[in-house]
Amino acid sequence: MVTGVTGLLLIFGSLDMPELGDTGSPPSLHVSPRYIEDGLKETSVPNMVTAVLADYRGFDTLGEVAVIFTAAVATLLILRGRRGRSES
Amino acid sequence: MIDRQQSLIVKTVCRRLIPFIQLFGLYVVIHGHTSPGGGFQGGVILGASFILLAIAYGIEEMRRRFSLTALTVFTSTGVFLFAGIGVLCVLLGGNFLDYSMLPGAEPRSLGMLGIEVGVGITVMAAMVSIFYELITFE
Repeated sequence: MVTGVTGLLLIFGSLDMPELGDTGSPPSLHVSPRYIEDGLKETSVPNMVTAVLADYRGFDTLGEVAVIFTAAVATLLILRGRRGRSES
Repeated sequence: MIDRQQSLIVKTVCRRLIPFIQLFGLYVVIHGHTSPGGGFQGGVILGASFILLAIAYGIEEMRRRFSLTALTVFTSTGVFLFAGIGVLCVLLGGNFLDYSMLPGAEPRSLGMLGIEVGVGITVMAAMVSIFYELITFE
């Protein structure tokens, strides 16, 4: 019940979202031109994708790396922990 | 478990191919901020080269060349490098991950290179470590 209502609310909220690739939406009016025009000047990095990923959104990328680190450590703990228990 | 070794053809091709795969992986990591690529993609290529080594030559060969302790250390080194560059920027008087405080002619480019290398090390070690744990699991 709660799930259904929340889902309906989310769908209702998504109806107002700008169309994908809409040139009049706020992100394409303010954010994208700034990255495209000033990105090379500010970061001196010709690869726009990396400039956004590593510089403007650096904190987000740090989180992604932390997720991969956590995945590796979790796999290690689960699989190796069970092996240690069966030996003792 | 991968205990038995593959045929001579597979082993020879892998021996010839793995250095080039690793060289290409390093290129993708290092060149990530000027051409398509970056830490994630290059790290996966590097990790795949070690997984290929384990498949062709057996898991023991891989363990001899790249110990499990080193893998665990590498996994955390990458994250530490990334966060360390962020903290270094704070210590030099900027915001967290604000590379313009770093020394050098193109500081933000330098900072990006640093974190790409960190991402690459972590992704590479995490891939190999997950593969290793799954393959030796009984």
